[in-house]
Amino acid sequence: MAPTERTDGSEDLGATGRDPVAPTVVSGLGFQRTKNVQERIIGGVLFSCAAISTLVTVGVVVVLLRESLIFFSNVPVWEFLTGTRWQPAFTPQRFGVLPLLAGSVMVAVGSAIIALPLGLMTAIFLSEYAGQRLRGILKPVLEILAGIPTVVYGYFALTFITPLLRQFVPETDVFNAAAASIVVGIMIIPTVSSLSEDALRAVPRALREGAYGLGATKLEVSTKVVVPAALSGVFASFILAVSRAIGETMAVTIAAGNLPNLTLNPLESIQTMTAYIVSVSLGDTPQGTVAYQTLFAVGMTLFIITLGMNILSQWVLSRFREEYQ
Amino acid sequence: MSAGDWLTGSDAAFDRRRKLKGAVFAGACGAATLVGVVSLGVLLVDVIIDGIASLDWRFVTALPSRFPERAGIKVALAGSVWILVLTALISFPLSVAAAIYLEEYANRGWVSKTIQTNIANLAGVPSIVYGILGLALFVRGLGLGRSVLSGALTLSLLIMPVIIIAAQEAIRAVPPTIREAAYGLGATRWQVVSRQVLPMALPGILTGTILALSRAVGETAPLIMVGAVGFIAFTPEGPMSPFTVLPLQIYQWVSRPQDEFRAIAAAGIIVLLLLLLSMNAVAIVLRNRYSSKT
Repeated sequence: MAPTERTDGSEDLGATGRDPVAPTVVSGLGFQRTKNVQERIIGGVLFSCAAISTLVTVGVVVVLLRESLIFFSNVPVWEFLTGTRWQPAFTPQRFGVLPLLAGSVMVAVGSAIIALPLGLMTAIFLSEYAGQRLRGILKPVLEILAGIPTVVYGYFALTFITPLLRQFVPETDVFNAAAASIVVGIMIIPTVSSLSEDALRAVPRALREGAYGLGATKLEVSTKVVVPAALSGVFASFILAVSRAIGETMAVTIAAGNLPNLTLNPLESIQTMTAYIVSVSLGDTPQGTVAYQTLFAVGMTLFIITLGMNILSQWVLSRFREEYQ
Repeated sequence: MSAGDWLTGSDAAFDRRRKLKGAVFAGACGAATLVGVVSLGVLLVDVIIDGIASLDWRFVTALPSRFPERAGIKVALAGSVWILVLTALISFPLSVAAAIYLEEYANRGWVSKTIQTNIANLAGVPSIVYGILGLALFVRGLGLGRSVLSGALTLSLLIMPVIIIAAQEAIRAVPPTIREAAYGLGATRWQVVSRQVLPMALPGILTGTILALSRAVGETAPLIMVGAVGFIAFTPEGPMSPFTVLPLQIYQWVSRPQDEFRAIAAAGIIVLLLLLLSMNAVAIVLRNRYSSKT
């Protein structure tokens, strides 16, 4: 096969009855046909494996939609989206998602305040300042940071960060949004730094050298040439990191608490969308109850938000990419 | 006239200020990098101080107990190994096949483009959403119940996008001349893939797979969804047994208010981190061997 004429294994292969490059001299026609059938089967099997990923997405959407639709036949969408109280377990039941949404947003904003500047500065340091050897040490350390299970971060928040916060502000709740935001921030630093660093390093050397030639200092080269040139990649990493913070589950479940609470005070106990989903599945919630359906309605909200942010990140990357030769 | 003469006093001061600003910025960036490194150090030290006293052979081999001084992680550790092996068996062949299709078989039409975009998006879906899917599809839909198999299937879906992307990169790194030479000798596409491309790409694929599996071993939320909670007294006997895993056992201990449970949670974390660290070490060895060959 010439590299230019890739054929689609599922249909095209053997459409002419034979593989264009397969040997025909020694093997004879029967052998040839067996080989073609074999190739087509293999192509089909491989295609099905690749198609599974699409089925997963369809599965997620179908599963979430089916139960959510039942939920929304009981609870108006409007009440769900604008209600300020979330109490599915007590009477009168209230299904306003805003307290959960606000909890998720508060953790996301708090962790972004920590991770975006630190992550970008880490990326600048690794790409512009650090030498080869220092990079060789720092990058694996950041990879380890990214690989620590989230339940461990939850433990760290609850047993180390919260007591630390309470030393400074004694009225801090045992479970609070601030500690969760801090650990989630630490957790997503590697997301920002590694993706941003890739973007910074992709900026061609000539741009840097041109600026140095004009007498710019390293600070001016970094902040006025390299970062602006890599801005699309940097923004994409920011959006992905925030989306990760919204989807983060265990650290916020352990550290931020389980109290749906519409508040702006990060020292109070709150509940995020993800923590709510966990709290429902920890209890015994029979299928068919409204509480069971809330699982899917909240999951749907979470899925739409994170998927939207991921798509936005890819769009920023392709739409605002600077092309350098 | 020397080079600096034309600088007036204020220009020289301006220049000094620029240099100072540059030094401050460099220091700030270095300090920002240290925040991540130091956090990791503090986290590890904190966990070791809390947990080392409870960590002994009895802890690793003891069954769970309502009393912290008698509780052990045998059941959770066995559950994690079960999940690890089953998830690897399910996700590895499927992901590698998908990667081969996308790199070697697919034409660049809309079908493969859709699949590719979809894989990128799936990699960003929160793990708890996979848990909801696992609950509805495997536990309830297929009637597999709260079993090891349900958990492994759910985690396989979760890590497949990661393995596919890593395997694609490894396959893409195989030089095209290898393929062309094999095709020139009359090999069929499958012969080229199975005898030339895959053996060369295998170390890269394995590295990506091990890293993805270590993510699966550390996952908690999706397994809570598929119901790996509650008091499980025995190690799993087969794929349909109920189970719990190390991160979940840790979570259950962390959520108790007593300090004794915090201590054994920390001991459990040490075991979990050691498990992940050894998996990563294998991945790094594979990667180094691979990069020295090419």
